[in-house]
Amino acid sequence: MSKGLPETRTDAAMSELVPEPRPKPAVPMKPVSINANLLGYIGIDTIIEQMRKKTMKTGFDFNIMVVGQSGLGKSTLVNTLFKSQVSRKSSSWNREEKIPKTVEIKAVGHVIEEGGVKMKLTVIDTPGFGDQINNENCWEPIEKYINEQYEKFLKEEVNIARKKRIPDTRVHCCLYFISPTGHSLRPLDLEFMKHLSKVVNIIPVIAKADTMTLEEKSEFKQRVRKELEVHGIEFYPQKEFDEDLEDKTENDKIRQESMPFAVVGSDKEYQVNGKRVLGRKTPWGIIEVENLHHCEFALLRDFVIRTHLQDLKEVTHNIHYETYRAKRLNDNGGLPPGEGLLGSVLPPVPATPCPTAE
Amino acid sequence: MSSEEARHLFFQTHMATKSCMSSQVSDDEQRKRENIRSLTMSGHVGFESLPDQLVNRSIQQGFCFNILCVGETGIGKSTLIDTLFNTNFEDQESSHFCPHVRLKAQTYELQESNVRLKLTIVNTVGFGDQINKEESYQPIVDYIDAQFEAYLQEELKIKRSLFNYHDSRVHACLYFISPTGHSLKTLDLLAMKSLDSKVNIIPVIAKADAISKTELQKFKIKLMSELVSNGVQIYQFPTDDETVAKINASMNGHLPFAVVGSMDEVKVGNKLVKARQYPWGIVQVENENHCDFVKLREMLICTNMEDLREQTHTRHYELYRRCKLEEMGFSDVGPENKPLSLQETYEAKRHQIYGERQRKEEEMKQMFVQRVKEKEAILKEAERELQAKFEHLKRVHQEERMKLEEKRRLLEEEIISFSKKKATSEIYQNQTFMGSNLKKDKDRKNSNFM
Repeated sequence: MSKGLPETRTDAAMSELVPEPRPKPAVPMKPVSINANLLGYIGIDTIIEQMRKKTMKTGFDFNIMVVGQSGLGKSTLVNTLFKSQVSRKSSSWNREEKIPKTVEIKAVGHVIEEGGVKMKLTVIDTPGFGDQINNENCWEPIEKYINEQYEKFLKEEVNIARKKRIPDTRVHCCLYFISPTGHSLRPLDLEFMKHLSKVVNIIPVIAKADTMTLEEKSEFKQRVRKELEVHGIEFYPQKEFDEDLEDKTENDKIRQESMPFAVVGSDKEYQVNGKRVLGRKTPWGIIEVENLHHCEFALLRDFVIRTHLQDLKEVTHNIHYETYRAKRLNDNGGLPPGEGLLGSVLPPVPATPCPTAE
Repeated sequence: MSSEEARHLFFQTHMATKSCMSSQVSDDEQRKRENIRSLTMSGHVGFESLPDQLVNRSIQQGFCFNILCVGETGIGKSTLIDTLFNTNFEDQESSHFCPHVRLKAQTYELQESNVRLKLTIVNTVGFGDQINKEESYQPIVDYIDAQFEAYLQEELKIKRSLFNYHDSRVHACLYFISPTGHSLKTLDLLAMKSLDSKVNIIPVIAKADAISKTELQKFKIKLMSELVSNGVQIYQFPTDDETVAKINASMNGHLPFAVVGSMDEVKVGNKLVKARQYPWGIVQVENENHCDFVKLREMLICTNMEDLREQTHTRHYELYRRCKLEEMGFSDVGPENKPLSLQETYEAKRHQIYGERQRKEEEMKQMFVQRVKEKEAILKEAERELQAKFEHLKRVHQEERMKLEEKRRLLEEEIISFSKKKATSEIYQNQTFMGSNLKKDKDRKNSNFM
């Protein structure tokens, strides 16, 4: 036969079609390291500045999803995180708003700018999650939405004439709100996290943490951590993606001590000790949101925004998206995914003589 | 979290000194279309550290930069690279007697403060040395295409790892022009024309100390006009970012840079500078009055390295990819101009190839069956022949046997008749014997009487 079978399954089927590449006239040799011989300043390190300028010009995309039962304070927390009325729900919650029959996915986009950095922030809300009487498979619409975003990106990437910058609607981070029962995780929580920790970065947070005392809080956190470990749920930052020792020690500390973050959200300001702080006013005192003694909101904010924002995007792009892409291409027999337009016209390829099947 | 606070403060002061952003009219319009609202924040959130997070990531991974030097042998390519990066890279001089143009690539790891750079220098060996230069620039084009191809292959794999792929695509091509003072050579024109859509070309006038200042001006003007009139697209330093627009624009006016390279140090005044010493004076490499070396270094490394990499990826590589995929028969638009997705054409192609394979399999099967039939026929024929021979032989034997039987019968008859005869003759003999005996006695008697 003129076109032989690809040798291994992992080779793209497209290697069948690509003509033999012309042999490289020369191959770069192994790098010779010449560290010590730089006789003077050249200016290579200015590339950092150049890169920074470029990225600031293009701006960033960030997509965050909040999942949890209604009334846990999701919208308030997002507003507190980004210090603006990102989600209008919290300010206009009225009893007449019906709880949706199925899980809805609502994505709202905003543009925020700080210090010359423009960010297109998309908050994806999931009203109706866990609110019905029978909540079986209520994570399926969410999983479907996440996979749809991967699909969209894949389609764009596979185009011949590609856009210069493919719009990134993939979910970078999913905040899962755990009810502060003080006992343990609910079956719904476990099921959701089990299914979704493989497709998206999940950061579990304990909502409305002002209902627990300090001891209750630490006990609850320990129990939650243990349960997550027992069930094999890898939440972000995943152990397997720690690149070097530095990352590992930093992330270990976060994983074993701080997570899941016990947070309190608020968008109202009060006067405390002469300063205006965000907080919740109660008859027994004012809970300061950004005070580390009161709750761990500041930790969550720093973790998600100030230190690991880029890493969240990278893990999504390099690992979750690539896994999706590989699975998609493998399932299709090495094809990029087709919508079935041709598939409905032509008979489906029989399984056994398929050239790229095992 | 005191370190975080410190960082926060640092950013605040840092941001205060940063210049404002350039306008993004098209982005805003797009956002309006998508119904996205702008928000104002009531406090400091902290995502302005995002570029730093990104940069830190890149520092961890290291940077790649690949320069291709095209020029005749002996024009000063290796020396210039040595001078640019302030290191002694190459060791030997190349010979002038290579039969074909070869490309030699070498990778070096340089480090400056916390930035690690993987620098690959690709040299053309034997360029312009042959008597017949028709094939001279093709190996260069092939090399550049091969690097794009390797990247495309990686990108199309199912299990790919693009984030730690060693990017070998050529980011900048320094084209060395001979300082003849007149115009571009034909080979130069042809080579640049075939390379301009594949790589960022930065033309430089080599060994610029061979030209005087006035001649240099005329030469530069002549060169640029020739390039423009022949439609060669050389790399223009980008002028859209305000901070570097001015300097880039002025540098664009100085193209092509007239450079002098040297790693030898000569004492000028009370400093040791890189220079070339002649009986009539000293040409200082880093003196802007003497040559444009400093400008080249500024532009290539300090200001536009990132832009060169980006142009290579977004313009040249995308063009290559598009052409390659279209060549393979894919297109984004179907026969009636309906948007056709890559996957559909792919599926069609796949079915086509699969059908071909089926057909070929059938053909082979048929051929096999045919052959088997033929062989069977031949064997059958042979069998029949053998059978016929056997029969024939059998018959012959049978005949012979019958003949022998006949003979035997005859023989036996003869024996019988003979024995009969013998019997009768014996009887007769006995009778005659007795008679003969009497006769004998008689005879004796008779004879006795004689």
